[in-house]
Amino acid sequence: MVTEHVAGKNRGTVMLYALSTCGWCARTKDLLKELGVAFDFTFVDLLEGKEQDEAMDQVEKWNPKGSFPTLVIDNRKSIVGFQEREIREEFCA
Amino acid sequence: MNGKSTSETDLDRVYLSLKNEAEDGGYRFNPDVEFTKNLIRGLLKNEQRYGYRACPCRLASGKRADDLDIICPCDYRDPDLDDFGACYCALYVSAAIALGEKQVVPVPERRPPRSLRKSGGAVQMVSAVQAPVFSLPVWRCKVCGYLCAREQPPGICPICKVTKDRFERFA
Repeated sequence: MVTEHVAGKNRGTVMLYALSTCGWCARTKDLLKELGVAFDFTFVDLLEGKEQDEAMDQVEKWNPKGSFPTLVIDNRKSIVGFQEREIREEFCA
Repeated sequence: MNGKSTSETDLDRVYLSLKNEAEDGGYRFNPDVEFTKNLIRGLLKNEQRYGYRACPCRLASGKRADDLDIICPCDYRDPDLDDFGACYCALYVSAAIALGEKQVVPVPERRPPRSLRKSGGAVQMVSAVQAPVFSLPVWRCKVCGYLCAREQPPGICPICKVTKDRFERFA
């Protein structure tokens, strides 16, 4: 799966599943950058065929609705949607 | 020259025409113009890659029949406006949000998950129609609820402008 890395403070594995066209995905990405957290992201709509299916399986594992953005933190929890307060609390603590 | 690229001029044109269309039908656009234009950019990108304006905030399959419910305006816009004051993307918002009296909140996904959509494409919301009681079939726009009694649904919904294939038999 094609992922891109954004450098920052190490807070465990932070993976953002996003769509390249989605406004709330963009806001989530900007918020993570503002918080200075190291994270990886992938634009699932830009993946093709099997790779996209595999990414969707990952998303659905954490978020059965398969919606975006889905943020998976350290393989222990997920935050679905642009939940600004929840994301801030997660990384400001 | 106004310094804008062709695609930016296109974007402004589509933005204005969709906004006017929405307002003519009693709907409202998100007052955050930059955010809204970004969503329209997504719609235009989807039109280019899929051939139809699939929701920019959902993953489209690329098959129109499977994505009918998420072609903008989507089948979920009106219930989301009722319950949350915004559609899933927050392209369309309630009067209170348009006037700045309330803020947009994240809208949970209402569309059924992939596993429940697989058979028969977009989810059929109405069961088989019983024996007709009217002299003409009644068609319902799945996006805005507009009803009309005629042999076939209209080519374009006169209220929300979606295409004929977004209508279902109502009675």
